[in-house]
Amino acid sequence: MAGAGGGNDIQWCFSQVKGAVDDDVAEDIISTVEFNHSGELLATGDKGGRVVIFQQEQENKIQSHSRGEYNVYSTFQSHEPEFDYLKSLEIEEKINKIRWLPQKNAAQFLLSTNDKTIKLWKISERDKRPEGYNLKEEDGRYRDPTTVTTLRVPVFRPMDLMVEASPRRIFANAHTYHINSISINSDYETYLSADDLRINLWHLEITDRSFNIVDIKPANMEELTEVITAAEFHPNSCNTFVYSSSKGTIRLCDMRASALCDRHSKLFEEPEDPSNRSFFSEIISSISDVKFSHSGRYMMTRDYLSVKIWDLNMENRPVETYQVHEYLRSKLCSLYENDCIFDKFECCWNGSDSVVMTGSYNNFFRMFDRNTKRDITLEASRENNKPRTVLKPRKVCASGKRKKDEISVDSLDFNKKILHTAWHPKENIIAVATTNNLYIFQDKVN
Amino acid sequence: MMLSKGLKRKREEEEEEEPEKEALAVDTWWLDPRLPAVAQAPPAVPSNSLLDLSVLKLHHSLRQSEPDLRHLVLLVNTLRRIQASMEPEATLPSVPSPPEAPGVAADSLLASSDAALSASMASLLEDLSHIEGLSQAPQPLVDEGPPGRPSGGAPPGLGALDLLGPATGCLLDDELKGLFEDIDTSMYDSELWAPASEGLKPGPEDGPGKEEGLELDEAQLDYLLDVLVGTQALERPPGPGR
Repeated sequence: MAGAGGGNDIQWCFSQVKGAVDDDVAEDIISTVEFNHSGELLATGDKGGRVVIFQQEQENKIQSHSRGEYNVYSTFQSHEPEFDYLKSLEIEEKINKIRWLPQKNAAQFLLSTNDKTIKLWKISERDKRPEGYNLKEEDGRYRDPTTVTTLRVPVFRPMDLMVEASPRRIFANAHTYHINSISINSDYETYLSADDLRINLWHLEITDRSFNIVDIKPANMEELTEVITAAEFHPNSCNTFVYSSSKGTIRLCDMRASALCDRHSKLFEEPEDPSNRSFFSEIISSISDVKFSHSGRYMMTRDYLSVKIWDLNMENRPVETYQVHEYLRSKLCSLYENDCIFDKFECCWNGSDSVVMTGSYNNFFRMFDRNTKRDITLEASRENNKPRTVLKPRKVCASGKRKKDEISVDSLDFNKKILHTAWHPKENIIAVATTNNLYIFQDKVN
Repeated sequence: MMLSKGLKRKREEEEEEEPEKEALAVDTWWLDPRLPAVAQAPPAVPSNSLLDLSVLKLHHSLRQSEPDLRHLVLLVNTLRRIQASMEPEATLPSVPSPPEAPGVAADSLLASSDAALSASMASLLEDLSHIEGLSQAPQPLVDEGPPGRPSGGAPPGLGALDLLGPATGCLLDDELKGLFEDIDTSMYDSELWAPASEGLKPGPEDGPGKEEGLELDEAQLDYLLDVLVGTQALERPPGPGR
């Protein structure tokens, strides 16, 4: 699939880039990217609390040279900065996560969250309006009833498409710590939200109450050594969810077992490799993202240097491990110094669960084909911005003589990090977020 | 950077330039106002040791109005590891490790096979040496021979503390004192100079004293963590030997 040669290999092409050319505005920093269930809509959240939704053009499939382009569909301010008067702290408006609900009617719904508050947004279209009122003029002014001599029935007439976003629910005041994850249950009625120490279960209709299902806050905070880093519901089992920790463990919990799922049903942890031990072992083992496969049979975790695939039936080690940027292992000290070692990279599956993708530095992102065991490194850069230009694979030279077209580790730009990526649920279209630009790549269509 | 002895002179020049670029990049890292990284302030105490760096980061993190709990926990755990590795361990003599090693404690981290231990320590050394050599702290212990035991008959308590000298305990303590000036410092004084209290292992010469010093620091860290998350009003921390 991804890689050179072979009959089924994908060639990734540049499709579009969204965002400003000069990246100076802090509020434009993209903080989350998510396709909806059909892939027709692509949502991004940014540091300024805004959500931008792109919609794929419905092209004539028979004649298309490429799949439809994504154009801005709706932009709205989801969260505003708030001030917590009790603690005298400002609450950032940065959108940490967006999750789409499956579409049930003409409108679309998504959940967006900042550090403290989750909101349910309804995005609906309006493309017609009633015209021909008897008592009102077209501009809205009221007519004098005495001037009305005939009656007519108002009719709907087409108008320019207007997309409206309105907040339907606000789920607030349930998290003391910073929310890192939200995940919608397969029952489509409930969802979970996770912060550093607790996970809460909500009903989408009920905002004044949530159930705490995981609490790892120690009685004595001095004993705190581990935090929750990510959580997700199983895609098919509505009673099952997992959460990952800063110590590199994943716990699978069954909500049927007890109300408070402090005791896990399964604990996934790989024993540390003694030859790789260092002062930074714990930091690099901290899991930054966990994602179930679409099938529900596997889950993927991302730690600082690798991506691991776990079979839910095997707790003692992952079934597959992919090194994202192993050349950084000898640079951990510098990366600790400049705090890059704390960066949280996300990861994602393709629609068929055969390829996984994650970001790296220097605006590189990596894909691993689970079947062919081949991997590829690509770059999100405006230099390749001609549509249908095939992306050239990149290579980092860890040591020794650098070959032509290779980049040496010391030349990598650690300011340019790709933390958020998303894969269309059905097609080979990917969305890759650099600091404040969104790149869309597609596979080459002949 | 590897300099190739190849034919392409131009590339050699390029490669020669790169280290300078990298060094520069690292320096300006601290000063770049656009960088979203947490540790942005120029180091208040310029230092190259991993321990000092970690303490600095911790201090900086605690100074944030609402620190990132994950960041803080990882920092504290790493700091504990560093401190633990600098703590000499009485039962170390049998370790065939290179003599230049800092007084690495045979704690659970490094307590596997001898080969693994050497390998781990090699990697630790590599990590530490990246920051232009160790701080002075561990050296006095190292110079005084394996396993870093200064002199056999030193009594616990005050005597051990004398031996610390520029070593980790006092160094850390002084720095912490400076860093946390606004915190009630009476807990430093009475705790540090108290005779070995219950809970501390008798026996190892500078064990209790050193442990006290380091445990205090750990207690401080824990205490600060607790204050940070607002669950504990400012009060005297529990004594050592928790």
